[in-house]
Amino acid sequence: MTLKSTERATLAGLLSARASGSGDAVAIRLKRRGIWLSLKWSEMQTEAGAVAAAMTARGLQAGDHVALLSENRPRLFTAIAAAHAIGAVAVPLYSDAPAGEVGRQIKAVGATMVFAENQEQVDKVIKVLPDCPTVKTVVFDDDRGMRHYGQSGLASFETLVEQGRGAASTASAAVTPDMPAFVFFTSGTGDLSSPVVFTHAAAVAQARRGVSVLGLTDEDRTIAYLPPGWICQMMMTYGQALASGMSIWCPESSDTLLEDMREVAPTSMLVTPRVLDAIMSQVSTRMEDTGGLTLKLFNAVRAAAEKAAGAGSSAVAPPPGFFADYMLNRPLRDALGLSHLRAMLCAGDLLDPGMLMLFRNLGINLKQLYGTTETGYLLAMQGDTAVRTDSAGRAVSGVELKVDQAGEIVARGEGFASGYLGDDAATAALRTDDGWMRTGDQGTIGADGSVQIVGRGDSIGHLADGTRIEPRMIESRVRTSPYIREAVAFGDGRDSVCALIDINTLSVGRWADDNEIPYSGHADLASQSKVYELVAGRIAEVNRALAADPATAPQQISRFVLLPQELSTEDEMLSRLGKLRRSAIAKRYASVIEALFNGAPDVALERAIDESGLHTHDDEHPARLRIGDAPVVSSGQTRSAA
Amino acid sequence: MNVIAETQFTDRAYPIGGPILELDSISLRFGGVHALTNISFNVLKHEVRAIIGPNGAGKSSMLNVIGGLYTPQEGSIHFDGKPLSSMNPGKAANLGIGRTFQNIALFKRMTVLENIMAGRTLFNKANFLEVALQMPRARREEIEDREKAEEIIETLEIQHIRKTQVSRLPYGLQKRVELGRALAAEPQILLLDEPMAGMNVEEKQDMSRFILDVNDHYGTTIVLIEHDMGVVMDISDRVVVLDYGKKIGDGTPAEVRANQDVIDAYLGVAH
Repeated sequence: MTLKSTERATLAGLLSARASGSGDAVAIRLKRRGIWLSLKWSEMQTEAGAVAAAMTARGLQAGDHVALLSENRPRLFTAIAAAHAIGAVAVPLYSDAPAGEVGRQIKAVGATMVFAENQEQVDKVIKVLPDCPTVKTVVFDDDRGMRHYGQSGLASFETLVEQGRGAASTASAAVTPDMPAFVFFTSGTGDLSSPVVFTHAAAVAQARRGVSVLGLTDEDRTIAYLPPGWICQMMMTYGQALASGMSIWCPESSDTLLEDMREVAPTSMLVTPRVLDAIMSQVSTRMEDTGGLTLKLFNAVRAAAEKAAGAGSSAVAPPPGFFADYMLNRPLRDALGLSHLRAMLCAGDLLDPGMLMLFRNLGINLKQLYGTTETGYLLAMQGDTAVRTDSAGRAVSGVELKVDQAGEIVARGEGFASGYLGDDAATAALRTDDGWMRTGDQGTIGADGSVQIVGRGDSIGHLADGTRIEPRMIESRVRTSPYIREAVAFGDGRDSVCALIDINTLSVGRWADDNEIPYSGHADLASQSKVYELVAGRIAEVNRALAADPATAPQQISRFVLLPQELSTEDEMLSRLGKLRRSAIAKRYASVIEALFNGAPDVALERAIDESGLHTHDDEHPARLRIGDAPVVSSGQTRSAA
Repeated sequence: MNVIAETQFTDRAYPIGGPILELDSISLRFGGVHALTNISFNVLKHEVRAIIGPNGAGKSSMLNVIGGLYTPQEGSIHFDGKPLSSMNPGKAANLGIGRTFQNIALFKRMTVLENIMAGRTLFNKANFLEVALQMPRARREEIEDREKAEEIIETLEIQHIRKTQVSRLPYGLQKRVELGRALAAEPQILLLDEPMAGMNVEEKQDMSRFILDVNDHYGTTIVLIEHDMGVVMDISDRVVVLDYGKKIGDGTPAEVRANQDVIDAYLGVAH
């Protein structure tokens, strides 16, 4: 079957082409009950066609919105394909979002159909239905626990496949490139997330760009484990798979990710700095347990990485010695399932230079990626060899980047969003007068074309004396310690930088066991003076590194507090991708932050109150939080102590 | 109002049926100690039945009588209408009575998967030689056992510890594995001895959900002993209350909660 060029430019057209051209090739694999099951392109096309026919019978039309609440599962992708086949718009949401947020988003797009992974998600949808009169049908994938639900608008995925079988239409011809394909919500570290629309043409252009930049073929494998509601994950799985024919592998559960990764041996994968922290924290812990020569080698590699990261302008991973390669790098890559990996792409937040170089020194091609929801996932990417560790790489081919008068990075190219759904004013403001799209990020572009992102406009600050500070950079450095899970730096309008520190219960707990320090839990650990000393030691190291560069020397952390309670998504302290929600944190810990800057030795923390007016946690927290002092390296630079 | 929100929930997949287990005037003595005195109650097919009572009330003894571990001096037990004269644990297992223990009784040095597969022993007909030589029947049985075990692993959400040695697991997970092993025998009745003892709130919620799922999904009749009254009242269809080896209450959670004898036994009155 030959496709007309217009059909080739839609995701539905790409799927038809895959199904007819290489129908027997595996599209998606899922590990279930210990076995990797596979779905071929032809099967996916047939199933999607059946579901599309059943959806049409239930009143779904071109242009309608289908909200999807699911982890990465074959049927999530099939449901998207079904929606696309009839010209409906897929709206992947974050499945770990609370019901209220899901309701707001379903309402914002006016979805008429919702695809829910399991009972948990269906319950969430049912809860918000009274507010969402547009929803006519809820389709669920996993029928476990669903026997009791007799609602007429509820149907299992199997039912839809059954109803649509035989009636399967080839409606994809009716889908044109300028029809909307996806709506993604901005990840929203602020309070609001907005629906961003992408047409088929834009999605295809984006996916093709990724495929050509990464050199993907139908031999490639990627592992899908990050939220599908995040544009990066969706495009790097579904988009790129359609464009290249590579296969998508879904792990058994989030708990089995590392094990499954070893079996998959992905050639391309997406990570976030938090995922890297988690991987490295586990690796370090195991190395400590191993001890001996392996530990010595690992520490040497880590030290070399820190040194290379410090070089800044053009860091190159030193070629590993023959011995280290065979004793450490290869076995480690093999254990992690990264031995076939060509590129590990990091997006979502600022990547710490030390972490970047550590992975590269281990022979893992980690690259920082830069993009925004509105401009698509891939604007710039770091190179394979020499890399400026403080930069997000150069603009990829097909994308032009420049800095406008206000210091904001703007972009031009194909594959960008057509705008915000139902907000023409915001859509108009998204582009500059001469047609460049705004990213909302402050940054600079060097003579060599490398892009440096300083941060979203709202996360940069200035000390009282006007010195510019970059909390995200400070935090990412502090976070490289396996003992520290999260750090929040403050200093805007103050005399110095102070930080809230969230310790890693597991690794600090292990450290406490090794040092025979008794403790009862997270809150207890976080109140111990020995733990304060441990963290102060790590902050002192960061301060020394910051002091080495005159530009960062004033940003050293002078005082800190260990939080008695983990920052979490449930408490709304972190966004769905695990990014800090600064304003929420600043509000919750206002009294603590005040005490950090006014020199008090300790501070009382009022208890958090949840929506129902109940205290969210018991009286396990200490009444007063201790404030720790961190050694600051004098830079010789005089700053006014106003 | 929305069409989906309006319609009503349907009944359970396995509606509660007639009595599957009838205990009539059971008395159990250890020497001069009267552990159980003249206790009669029944368990209906597909229901969740709880036995509650203060410490030393005779709850575990009651469960052990049903499980065939203790033989009562007086009284009779009918299973599916047939009288059971001399019970023992092996016979109970063959009849379809599975159980978990108050103190976890897993094979500590085996993995989770091996423990659950061990629960399938009843179904394996291949002899030692067939297994040793990997003859067709032995292979077929092992594949069937593994499939069933994997289904249970998925139901109980323990995929990540499939190959982990049981002794390395925290208590809450070990309890879940024990439930898994009992389920592997595909019992008609499942006896759970304090499935939630020593668990934190979250673990208790998880366990409650798994028990209800098992009851809903396989229609397994469940008899459980539990201390946590909140849990019992939430998940049970009917509750029987024991105190000092005597039955002092029997009925739905609401009825039992309103029973003065039960309130006295729990809040304590001078005996």
